[in-house]
Amino acid sequence: MREITFSEALGEAMYEEMSKDPTIFTYGEDIAKQGGIFGAYKSLLGKFPDRIIDTPISEEVIFGSALGAALAGMRPVAEFHFADFIFTGMTSIANQIMKFRYMTGGQPKLHLVLRGPDGVSKSAAAQHSESIETIFMHIPGIKVIIPSTPYDMKGLFKTALRSDDPVICFEHKMLYGLKGPVPEEEYYIPFGEADVKKEGKDVTVVTTSRMVHESLKAAKELEKEGISVEVIDLRTLVPWDKEKVLESVKKTHHLVVAHETWKRAGWGAEIAATVQEEAFDYLDAPILRVGERNVHIPFSPPLQDFVVPDKNDVIKAVKKVVGGM
Amino acid sequence: MEYTKEFLQGLYRTMVRIRTFEKTAEELFLQGELPGFIHLYIGEEAIATGTMANLRQDDYITSTHRGHGHMIAKGADTKKMMAELYGKKAGYCKGKGGSMHIADLSIGVLGANGEVAGGLPIAAGAGMAIKLKKTDQVVVAFFGDGASNRGAFHEALNWCSIYKLPVIFLNENNQFASTERVQETTSVENVSDRAIGYSIPGVTIDGNDVLKVYETVKEAVERARNGGGPTLIEAKTYRIKGHFVGDPTLYRKEKEVEEHWAKEPIGRFEKQLKEMGKITDSEKETIWKEAEEEIKEAVEFGRNAPYPAPEEALTDLFVDDTGYDY
Repeated sequence: MREITFSEALGEAMYEEMSKDPTIFTYGEDIAKQGGIFGAYKSLLGKFPDRIIDTPISEEVIFGSALGAALAGMRPVAEFHFADFIFTGMTSIANQIMKFRYMTGGQPKLHLVLRGPDGVSKSAAAQHSESIETIFMHIPGIKVIIPSTPYDMKGLFKTALRSDDPVICFEHKMLYGLKGPVPEEEYYIPFGEADVKKEGKDVTVVTTSRMVHESLKAAKELEKEGISVEVIDLRTLVPWDKEKVLESVKKTHHLVVAHETWKRAGWGAEIAATVQEEAFDYLDAPILRVGERNVHIPFSPPLQDFVVPDKNDVIKAVKKVVGGM
Repeated sequence: MEYTKEFLQGLYRTMVRIRTFEKTAEELFLQGELPGFIHLYIGEEAIATGTMANLRQDDYITSTHRGHGHMIAKGADTKKMMAELYGKKAGYCKGKGGSMHIADLSIGVLGANGEVAGGLPIAAGAGMAIKLKKTDQVVVAFFGDGASNRGAFHEALNWCSIYKLPVIFLNENNQFASTERVQETTSVENVSDRAIGYSIPGVTIDGNDVLKVYETVKEAVERARNGGGPTLIEAKTYRIKGHFVGDPTLYRKEKEVEEHWAKEPIGRFEKQLKEMGKITDSEKETIWKEAEEEIKEAVEFGRNAPYPAPEEALTDLFVDDTGYDY
C-alpha cells in the first residue's frame, strides 16, 4: 500500500469531502497562504481559494463563528492553531458550541469541526505544548477524536466532516510528518471504535495519539523480556470504546492507561475508574496511569524530557503491574 | 417617510404584545409561578420592533438574555415562549433552556444568549455563511452596553469589517450593565464611537423612537444586503426594570426611573399616531385587548402543559443520543 504523511492524510480527507460538499469551508490563522503553522494543510495550498480562509487572531470569533455558520447552513472547519490557545476562545466552545443543541431542546444539527495541533514538540515551552483533550471529555457536548496514524487521521476526519454533531480533533505536532499506509480508495472510520494496534495477552495498555507509538515501542522491548502487551488505541474519547477495553482487560487481567496529558485527572483516570466499576473481579493488580507530571511543560530539554512521558514510563508501569506491584 | 396605517399600527401592536408578555411574565415570576430568573424588556420595545420590521423571515438575529422582545418581534409563538418560561415540554426548548436560551431556528432566531456578547461571534459566523452562499440575507446582532466592553464585541466588529459581512450590530444601550452604569464602565460617550476603530459606519439614535429605529436599521439593512458590510447602531434607551425581576436596584433612585418612564416608547408612539390621525381610541383598545387575550392564552397553555419526564434530561445533547455514558 502507498504511504503518506499524517498531514497529507488530513489534506486528502479535506480535499475529498470539500469536493463533494460545497458547504464545507475552513478557516483559521496561517492556513490559506502558509498551509498551517505545522504544514497540516500544505497539500491543500492553492485549492478551494474561496473556502480556505486566513483569519485574524480572534479565537472567540474563530470558534463562535463556527456555530453561527453551522446554524446558517454551512459546515465550518475552524482551526485552533495551538491547543493552548483554545482557552483564548474557550467560552465560544464551552458556553456556545457545546451547549447550543442541548439548551435549545435539540433544535439544530451542528455540522462543525474544530481542529488543530496539540502536544509537546522540541522545547516549545508551557504555552505551546499542552494536551487538553480531557477537558472536552469532561464537559458534555462535543465529540473528541485524537488519531495516531495517517490511516486513522484520514478515516476519522472524513467521518467528522459528515457528523451531525460538533467534533474537535487533536493532532499531535510530532505526528504531522509521520508516514503510514493509507489506501487509495475512500473509507470512513466510525467514532467509538478503538483499534487494537498490537495484540497481547499479559497486559492491556490503553492509549491515544503520540503515546500509541511510545506504547508500541515499549511493547516491543517488553516482548524481549517475555511480557506480551496489548496496545489499544482509543482513537476517539467521546465516545470511547468501553466494550473493547473491557474485553481486553478480561483477557489480560492487567491495565495501564497511558496519555501525554497530565496524569492528575487526565482521561486515563476515567478509563481506570470505569474498568474497576465494571470489571473489578477480572483485575489481578491495581490499574496504573502514565501521564505528564503535574507541572507545566518546561523549556529546557532535560526538564521537558523529565515531565513528559515516553516509552520508558510505559515500560515501568507495565512491569510494576504484571510484577504484582 | 410616508407610512401606511397598517404598517404603523403593526409596529404599535408588536410593542404592545411585547409589553403585555413582559408585564405578565413579571407578575407570574413574582407570584412564584416561574422558575429561574427573567430579564425584562419593558421600555425597550421600540428597538426590537423597529428593527424587525426591516427583516425577512430568512434573515437572522442573535439575541441576548433580555430577549423576549426580539423573539416576539421576529415572529415567535408566545405560547411556546411562555411554556418554555414555565420549564414545560411544549416550550421552544422542551424546558431545557428557559428564558435565556430560547431559540427558533425556523424564524431565524439563532438563540437568546446567557453570555453577555455571546451572540456576536455567532452573528459573525452566520454572516460568513451568507457571504459564502451568496444570498442577500442579513444578520442583526443585538447586544447591550455591557457587551461592548467584552473582547467578543471588538473581535466581531473587526472580523465583520474585514470580510464586509452583512451583519448589523444593534446596541441596546439601556444605561446599565447589570447594576453598573454605562458611564462608569465604558471609555466612550457613545457605544457607536467605537465603530471608527473598525472602519464601519456607526450611529447613535433615540432607541425609544420606533420610527427612528426603523429608518436607521432600514438603511443599514440595505447596505448589508448590497454587499456594503456591517453597521454599528447604538439605540439609546433606559432599563425601566431591574437587571432581573427581584433586583433590589440599590444603584439608582426611583425618581430617576419615573423620569424615564415618562419617555417610554409605547405611550410616545401612541401620541404620535394620534397626532398623525393613524389610530383611533377604539383601535388602540382593540390592540391592547387582543394582546391581553393572546398572552392570557399563552399563560394558560404554559401553565397547563406537562413537564418533561425527568429522564428526558438525557436527550438532545447529540443527534445520535444513544450509547453514551449519560
